[in-house]
Amino acid sequence: MGIMNFTGTTLKNLFSKPATKLYPSVPQDYKERTRGHVVNDIDTCIFCGMCMRKCPTGAISVDRNTRTWQIDRMNCVQCACCVKNCPKNCLSMGKEYTTPDTEKTIDVLQKILTPEEIAAEEAAKKAQQEKIKAAMEAKKAAEAAKAAEAAKTEEPAKAE
Amino acid sequence: MTDGEIKVVTPDTLLGEAMKIHDQGWRLVQICARALKDGAGNEITYSFGDDLIMAHLRLTLPCEEHVTSISHIFQTAYFYENEMHDLFGVQVDMMTVDFKGNFYKIGAETPFKK
Amino acid sequence: MSTRSIVPFGPQHPVLPEPIHLDLVIEDEKIVEAIPSIGFVHRGLESLVNKREFTEYVYVAERICGICSFLHGASYCDAVERVMQIELPGRAKYLRTIWAEMSRIHSHLLWLGLLADAFGFESLFMQAWRIREKVLDMLEASTGGRCIFSVNCVGGVLKDMDASMLKGFVQELDKMEIQVRAMEKTFLSDATVNNRLRGVGILTKQQAHELGATGPFMRASGINRDTRKLGYYAYGDLEFEPIISNDCDSYARCEVRIREIYQSFDLIRQAVAKIPDGDIAVPVKGNPDGESFVRVEQPRGEAVYYLKADGTKFIDRFRVRTPTFANIPAMLETLKGCDYADVPIMVLTIDPCISCTER
Repeated sequence: MGIMNFTGTTLKNLFSKPATKLYPSVPQDYKERTRGHVVNDIDTCIFCGMCMRKCPTGAISVDRNTRTWQIDRMNCVQCACCVKNCPKNCLSMGKEYTTPDTEKTIDVLQKILTPEEIAAEEAAKKAQQEKIKAAMEAKKAAEAAKAAEAAKTEEPAKAE
Repeated sequence: MTDGEIKVVTPDTLLGEAMKIHDQGWRLVQICARALKDGAGNEITYSFGDDLIMAHLRLTLPCEEHVTSISHIFQTAYFYENEMHDLFGVQVDMMTVDFKGNFYKIGAETPFKK
Repeated sequence: MSTRSIVPFGPQHPVLPEPIHLDLVIEDEKIVEAIPSIGFVHRGLESLVNKREFTEYVYVAERICGICSFLHGASYCDAVERVMQIELPGRAKYLRTIWAEMSRIHSHLLWLGLLADAFGFESLFMQAWRIREKVLDMLEASTGGRCIFSVNCVGGVLKDMDASMLKGFVQELDKMEIQVRAMEKTFLSDATVNNRLRGVGILTKQQAHELGATGPFMRASGINRDTRKLGYYAYGDLEFEPIISNDCDSYARCEVRIREIYQSFDLIRQAVAKIPDGDIAVPVKGNPDGESFVRVEQPRGEAVYYLKADGTKFIDRFRVRTPTFANIPAMLETLKGCDYADVPIMVLTIDPCISCTER
């Protein structure tokens, strides 16, 4: 058992710089891999909703019709599960932590399309609809043909 | 018993088997309940161990049936049995310390029961 | 016989970082009996396993505890991997070992700080936490999180550490070891610290075995047992001996934890020297079906996991028996006959983690 064991440390601390930082005025240096907050590159997002389904806390919600992607920052736990599962790799982790707040807010990102893009999308929709229509008609025709054939095979049977 | 063995017991043979394990010098590692589907009752696994080996006793208990506590054989069992009672609604008789549902101070009654 | 009175201790108490409630039956200043009750932070994480896909539950499992978070996540993955009979790549095993040992260092330093705070040595508390900050920085650099790493996935790990990063960590750990040795002198040989810890809270070897104590709490009572000796992850390839002490008191628990920090430094050095190259994860197909038991040595002691899956993507039952749950009965035994003023020290020497205990 001894006394004055702490003296060395005390003296050292007296003449060395503080281990802490004057935080808001001296910025925090985040590491390369720090998971701070989720970032969405909305232009490449296809609103598939994979992130919404995979999120363990249900912080993300996606609406395909209005092209919005929203996140409740206070619910997000920075697990990067959405980033891992994103098929287009448009999600990534930003380094800075979410700032403290007095009330819960939801960040909403909306993809605004240019007129050309809207036109392209409508054209695509139309093409899709026409394709479906054509497919339906083809199916109908095929069914009719089948029915006719069935009737044909039945007729000789009746005749016999 | 050997390492990793799971022996099926009934509420009647449980105490005898636990006694045998206690006489070997083993100690209680954990007791775990699992709610069976459609409210068919609970499956209780008693794990015992010594050094790095562990073996289990398994008991299937319908909802309305009671099981006798092993806390007279293994002192610490009352902890797990009270937990089982509070979370799964397993009826355990003759515990050395019975908290009567006040071990977990939670709002819902038997939240893990199916 | 003097009169008996009951003093409630907790759930709010200056020394307790987390809520546990004890009803202390005291006679004069001596404790006769202690009756615990828990459940103030019960979150039902075990039952959440029925509502999250088994690959996503990793992130929930990690959040069972803030300090042993890595091992909760890794052991959950381990349990699923055992059910699905997935063999991990060698590098993933070593990476898990390194992170597990780093979290042990950070947990033990945190505990040393809290202990110093409990016996009223504020500046020693700050020393311990200043050293701990270095480990947290390393963990942040390698995983992206300071306490919750989110690097585990079923079938391996998500992030790799390259050779230069590992080399940098080993150098940093060498520097840390010097600082820990300087601090150890105060913890183990200072007169004031000795007066508070020596002969306080005796738990004999026999009691430790019967009452199911685990981890450093048990090893300080002279039982030579360490779950890492099972050889999970890469521990089978590394050389180490469980650290024990025969003093059975609070001082012994402090000593065992300090020596375990050095052991962890050594294990990380060994693992960095032996780490193989290769993949860090294997692809996982299908759903688990079956059951498994997993035992790991967490910083606080042995944790036991039970997992039962029924072939769907939702697991039927996941049970965590945390070290604190097993240590509480033994702690109640040490409380009997001790002074009222020593109760905080006694509660702290098991390194309690209540939110872990209640899940």
